[in-house]
Amino acid sequence: MEILVCVKRVPDTEENEIRLNSAGNDIERDDLVYSVNEWDNYAVEEAIQIIDRVGGCVTVVTVGNEEAEEVLRREMAMGAEKGILLKDAAFESCDGKGIATILAGLVKKGKYDLILTGAQADDGAAQVGGMLAAMLDLPYASLVNKIEVQDNKLKVGREIEGGNQEMNEIELPCVLSIQTGINEPRYVGIRGIRKVASVEIPAYGASDLGVDAGSIGAVVKRTDYFVPAMGEGAEMITGSLDEIVAKLVEILKAKGGIK
Amino acid sequence: MAQIFAYITHKNGKADDTALELAAAAKKINAGADIKAVVVGSGVDAVCQEAAASFKEVWKIDKAEVAYPNAEIIRGLLVNALPKDAIVLLAHDTFAMDLGPGLSIKKGVPYVADVVGIDAVEGSTLKAVRQEFGGQISTHVSCDIASGAVITLRPGAFEADESKSAGGSVVDKTGDAGTVAAKRKFLEVVQAEAGEVDITKADVLVSIGRGIEDQENIPIAQELAEAMGAVVSCSRPIVDAKWLEKARQVGTSGQTVKPNIYMAMGISGSFQHLGGIKGGYIIAVNKNSKAPIFQVADIGVVANILEVMPALTEKIKEG
Repeated sequence: MEILVCVKRVPDTEENEIRLNSAGNDIERDDLVYSVNEWDNYAVEEAIQIIDRVGGCVTVVTVGNEEAEEVLRREMAMGAEKGILLKDAAFESCDGKGIATILAGLVKKGKYDLILTGAQADDGAAQVGGMLAAMLDLPYASLVNKIEVQDNKLKVGREIEGGNQEMNEIELPCVLSIQTGINEPRYVGIRGIRKVASVEIPAYGASDLGVDAGSIGAVVKRTDYFVPAMGEGAEMITGSLDEIVAKLVEILKAKGGIK
Repeated sequence: MAQIFAYITHKNGKADDTALELAAAAKKINAGADIKAVVVGSGVDAVCQEAAASFKEVWKIDKAEVAYPNAEIIRGLLVNALPKDAIVLLAHDTFAMDLGPGLSIKKGVPYVADVVGIDAVEGSTLKAVRQEFGGQISTHVSCDIASGAVITLRPGAFEADESKSAGGSVVDKTGDAGTVAAKRKFLEVVQAEAGEVDITKADVLVSIGRGIEDQENIPIAQELAEAMGAVVSCSRPIVDAKWLEKARQVGTSGQTVKPNIYMAMGISGSFQHLGGIKGGYIIAVNKNSKAPIFQVADIGVVANILEVMPALTEKIKEG
């Protein structure tokens, strides 16, 4: 099976406190620690596990600059055989639809049985997979947390509300967005990274993909960033550890939190 | 301006609570518009009647093949039945994530996902508020909705419009919706397994998130819960890592809890998590002073839970 996994390099919200820049028009990007989008990591692991069972090849692709190559190499160190970088000045101001258009251009160049994305990334819109599928006229399922390969089709589980799971049968080729928790992404060591350090990663621009650079500018535009209002806000307890603990015990006793 | 349609999700013959939130959001987009509802499913007359109390007109699409809401089929039915320039509002839930992005592409209109606020519509430009990076930063987005749009609204972000005075009529649009072939077939819903504890019945929850850092630290939370007479629950990453069972997960994809006291320990407070907490006094401890949990907590402490929890356990045991 030929599997394409779409991945993204994102600021790591575990390692960074996301702050506004002084102009308020972007986040402060200096000194940010970047990593592969968490959901994408599960998608790559799932692709590798499927290949281990039924054979085939996993290709990882990203839309980004040279620095995005590092996430491709990381995912290749996990076991993806090929990496592709989609890089063009015209790609820099895209919204989700633009990204899906670029990816659709790549998919049309190849022959993939299964295309995976993470369920969502840093902007939380959870849109690229569904848009890509619609552009390609392929069936789609979002928030997938189980995949069984059958003849020319898959049995997939989707996460729905309340901890329940919706089971579907979906024809191949198809696009799936992968939810965290579907597997346990393998650890990538320095040795694995070194092993793929010299593998050539082809880069394609808009013209290579047959994408009209003028048609992929953002339709939904960000006008500014701001720190959300604190609502009524919490009463903040400060002091030494002893003082904090004493105060918490007092509150818990008053509110019936200690039985 | 284009007509606004609120897509009403429903279960067991009842409209979801978000229907009234969509009505409120629709009025923010155009207070003067006749806002229509659209109800898709099999045997949906009761839902249509319910929706008619809040919407001037309810478009009904009643077909056996969508007895379970298959997003691929529903997408085709909506493309056939709705005006091309319709503005479609959906609650941002697992169904909308399945339907919304593809619907926007098939209709050729902008997609604005997970909107938490609508500032204004100036001319035909929608100005909305979204959150990024797990709620750490908000952003204003704008787009032209003159030729239609698909907009998903975060459940709970808009106050429900309870006026229920529309006295609307139900219009059967099943014929216009046509027939749609699908390459995805719904099989069944597998219900969540019951766990050894029922966190939905607990008065006090010690709930842990990523701040617990390691599986080996789980007993620190268990000891605190034991000292308090509380139950341990958790956020999604803890279940993903298989450190605790799914039945202990609080959130839209887990359990909805109504404790008297909710101790959010090392939980940043994504909206999916907060969506599972219905009431209760929230005490949040987190290293990150900007964590979204502090926007909803009653008491906040900026500290490492691995230091606070053992000290708290000891203090409680001292009496």
